[in-house]
Amino acid sequence: MKHLPYVLFALWFAALAAVPFLASNYIVKIATFLAMYGALALSWNFIGGYTGYPSFSTAAFFGLGAYSGALLQNAGVWVGFAWLGGAVVVTVFAALLGFAILRMKGHYFAIASIALVEMLMLTASLWSGLTGGGEGLNVKIMPGGPDYIGRVFLYTMLGIMLAAFIATVLVDRSRLGFGLRCIQQNEDAADMVGVDVRRYKTAAFALSAVFCGAVGAAYASWVAYISPSDSFSILLTLKVPVMVLLGGPGTVFGPIIGSAAFVLMEETIWARFLDYHQAILGLVIVLLIFFLPGGLLKLFSGRRAS
Amino acid sequence: MEYAQVIANGLMLGAIYACIAVGFSLVWGVLNVINMMHGSFIILGGYLTFFAWLHLKINPFVALVPVAAVLFALGYLIQYTLINRVVSRPVLTTLTLTFGLDMILYNFMNLGFTATPRRVLLDLGRLDLGGVILPLDRVVAMFLALALTGILFVVMRTSRTGRAIVAVRMDRDAAALMGIRVNRVYAITFGIGALMAGACGALVSVVFPITTSVTGLFLGKAFVICVIGGLGSVPGALVGGIALGLIESLAGYFFGPQSAILAGFLIMLILLVVRPTGLIGKKGYE
Repeated sequence: MKHLPYVLFALWFAALAAVPFLASNYIVKIATFLAMYGALALSWNFIGGYTGYPSFSTAAFFGLGAYSGALLQNAGVWVGFAWLGGAVVVTVFAALLGFAILRMKGHYFAIASIALVEMLMLTASLWSGLTGGGEGLNVKIMPGGPDYIGRVFLYTMLGIMLAAFIATVLVDRSRLGFGLRCIQQNEDAADMVGVDVRRYKTAAFALSAVFCGAVGAAYASWVAYISPSDSFSILLTLKVPVMVLLGGPGTVFGPIIGSAAFVLMEETIWARFLDYHQAILGLVIVLLIFFLPGGLLKLFSGRRAS
Repeated sequence: MEYAQVIANGLMLGAIYACIAVGFSLVWGVLNVINMMHGSFIILGGYLTFFAWLHLKINPFVALVPVAAVLFALGYLIQYTLINRVVSRPVLTTLTLTFGLDMILYNFMNLGFTATPRRVLLDLGRLDLGGVILPLDRVVAMFLALALTGILFVVMRTSRTGRAIVAVRMDRDAAALMGIRVNRVYAITFGIGALMAGACGALVSVVFPITTSVTGLFLGKAFVICVIGGLGSVPGALVGGIALGLIESLAGYFFGPQSAILAGFLIMLILLVVRPTGLIGKKGYE
């Protein structure tokens, strides 16, 4: 019984991996999005779920990863290394910056993390010599035809999601995870009993960045064109925390459940009401906060307990 | 002379910025809620003013009063029925809730008004002060913005409601024990925040084109001003607003208009790290 969630996750992973052999390219694209948002949600969970810091910098990491990956690739670096490079750049950026902004708490941290997205977007559109400015940046299209490319990116995103998942499981069971939970409950008390608060928070922030960077870089190669407003999207920076809140923050499986539920809802329901897309998303958020404060996962476990 | 012009522009901009931020700062300081709807409230106020001017031929500076009243009612309702229920939960919850509400409001504004930029054209002529050119509509907007900010300051200082708001801000529980209905004070505070946004939107519609796509821009400015000036007090918003107006004006003059926004955010981020209480802010006390 204890292993059931892991079995379910393995089945879910296998199902996504089997999609190219069973379904059309459109479904492959949805499966890729499921894996991509799964990875992003797992990433945010480190800082937002375990540590309880209201971070809205997902899009900053994603966009920075996209630009770093694209620029490396355009400079002639092999695709795989370009993705890795994107992840490394973003992680270093997050670790350095985390040292400064993780001193803030609550609203101040939230605002600083949103400002990060805005600042990177402005930088990307101003620095046109490097990034192509507002016109965006073209990335070499991968050779091999749509079927092949579809598969490559599905498996890449699945790989990143799996890595993020394994990292989550490891953190969840380690001292780091314990320390982060302590910080979430009461940071001062955690500091008192000897948790190295600063280092732990920085680690959580960097962990929340590394996979976003990889996803961003892979995304840039996938769509072969990136622009500042696309890469540093405020909508993305909100969507990902909402997915985790939907699933259950601070848990191993919550982000996967939440992102899957969110993406499937988006594809099946909202796609039919394009004019009201944002309003429906807003409504989902409002309902979520009032009626599902602990996420879907809590709904199930709560039932089991009673 | 060119510098005088740049500074004059900065001051005119700054007065309007102060007015933009003061309601946002009030809500943040008293309710501990970041109102992500603030930008949309401003634009909604701008649209209402624009349509009153276009269809009913009402002068925008007159339309300001009913527009502000409408926004107050809207804000009061939203706080009383929705946000009050989660007001003491963590930042993530309240911020996400107002973000969600903003998406709904934004979506309907976009459908109802379309994204076409609109602007009230008053053409009052201009003032020439020894080479410094001041368009009169901007000057009027500046003085009205300062007047509104001043009125809010006086109301907060002298009226019963204002004192109740300050009391709740200082200590919610003690205020409740003194017989202040905290939930009502919260709703009024949020209403005042929306009222200031709406009034400001009326002024903005005279100076800038109104379109739904700039809601985020105004919200960003409100953030920056609050952090620069310090949170939750009227003087803080005034100092922050004028500072940002001058910074943007100067940065725009030296580095081009795009850099102006970046400069604002950069200064905010630095201030957040080195002096989170803002230039004249004191922690948790008005």
